Amino acid sequence: MKSPAARNWKTGALSIGLEWLIPILVVALWQWFGSMGWISQRILPTPASVLEAGVKLIRNGDLFVYIGDSTRRAFIGFVIGGGIGFALAILNGLLPLSEKLTDSSIQMIRTIPHLSLIPLIIAWFGIGEEGKIFLVALGVAFPIYINTLHGIRSVDPGLIEMGRTYGLRGFALFRTIIYPGALPSILVGLRFALGIMWITLIVSETISANSGIGYMAMNAREFFQMDVVVLSIVIYALLGKLSDWMAKLLERSWLKWHPHYRRAK
Amino acid sequence: MASALSASEIIHSRQAEAPGGAAARGLQVEVRDAVVRFGDLTVLRDLELSIPAGQFLAVVGRSGCGKSTLLRLLAGLEQASRGAVSIGGAASAGLRSDVRVMFQDARLLPWKSVLDNVRIGVEGGDRSQALEALELVGLADRAKEWPSVLSGGQRQRVALARALVSNPSLLLLDEPLGALDALTRIEMQQLIERLWLERRFTAVLVTHDVSEAVALADRVVLVENGTISQDITIALARPREKDSGFSHYESSILNRVLGRRPVSVNQDGFAI
Repeated sequence: MKSPAARNWKTGALSIGLEWLIPILVVALWQWFGSMGWISQRILPTPASVLEAGVKLIRNGDLFVYIGDSTRRAFIGFVIGGGIGFALAILNGLLPLSEKLTDSSIQMIRTIPHLSLIPLIIAWFGIGEEGKIFLVALGVAFPIYINTLHGIRSVDPGLIEMGRTYGLRGFALFRTIIYPGALPSILVGLRFALGIMWITLIVSETISANSGIGYMAMNAREFFQMDVVVLSIVIYALLGKLSDWMAKLLERSWLKWHPHYRRAK
Repeated sequence: MASALSASEIIHSRQAEAPGGAAARGLQVEVRDAVVRFGDLTVLRDLELSIPAGQFLAVVGRSGCGKSTLLRLLAGLEQASRGAVSIGGAASAGLRSDVRVMFQDARLLPWKSVLDNVRIGVEGGDRSQALEALELVGLADRAKEWPSVLSGGQRQRVALARALVSNPSLLLLDEPLGALDALTRIEMQQLIERLWLERRFTAVLVTHDVSEAVALADRVVLVENGTISQDITIALARPREKDSGFSHYESSILNRVLGRRPVSVNQDGFAI
């Protein structure tokens, strides 16, 4: 006899297996085609050689230095840009005068694709850290700004009125009602911003850098090390996935009250 | 009258218990010549109303007659463009901590547990006081849950606990039972009546359900075109049964609201 728990475990394993079936099959086919010589190593290295390149770069320590450099840039830019976007949104969400003054200017700047500023930024900052951090900050600020502002605007006015009748005002009103009410939307902005953060970093690192994963990829291309090029693409994907997973985790723990995010009991 | 006696016994025992004597006392409310305008629209015109301390007043009227605005004026959520509101003898300016409002929707914060929602009503957020208030409405066992898992009636009971936890002297009820099903409504009416009898705050209930007004109130006022057009004292013993006395009040108020003439006095009606 099988216990229901064992059966649950089995169906769980089966569903995970189904999810991973196609990715595993693709990698296996890719390896097979490569090792049969049907795909040239110069065009697309096999998964095994990518892995090998990864191990080599881990051994000599370069990989962690590059990942560290990229992550540091990404997060400094994110904190600066996100902080500015968040602060402006709070200000404009709460003070009509401030909104009148700044919102339309912000919306105008928003329509500029921030990556189009790269030539200008190289001229301003050279290929140093500042330019890349500036670009990331610029790219991240807008999704955070827009979603935070939208979140504050969409807080139920009935709840705010209720809070006022119970004597909540100023910061207490913000902390008890406005901020938690805006939080679902703020977290949507956070996830958008994380995506933009990595894309901006990839582009700016491939164009101008002397360290980081983008630099690693461009450098490898110069020497035709295709395995390292593919490795850096995989690392970007993993970093993107990791930050998205962290944002999801935040949603789960901060929005426990929300029926959408509650896990089935 | 056994029932009336037991009710007054409850009042006496509760008043003896009440700490400091500040609580469990209704406030007297006076509205003088109040005019409330929204832009060009005059919602309340020259409204005069005097509510003695501890009275249960019901305000009835058709939608858009200004009855909710009257309640919001008493709550301090609207300001009179002319005239004055005084609560407890002092001119009222804005929101007061001894005046609580229950809205048509419960307005619980979905990100706070049931208990934490009630704690908003206590200054300093005392847990045991909040839990006591939840016991009062029979929901102490749901204290840790999110409001989203409660039924509509339970949410309104939590809102009632939140409104009563600070022992208000004036409770304003803006159609709080309007969205509930018939059976839950009756239970909620009984709960509100019981708590009012125990605590003797002044209560103002806005409703368009005339039967609910007659079931709960000492006095029913009818608001038409922004002013009070009828003022009826309900002289029925509590707890109220839907007997002939009840239906007399109910039908006479309803006829007045709808502008119908009662059949028995239909003397100058047109005949064909």
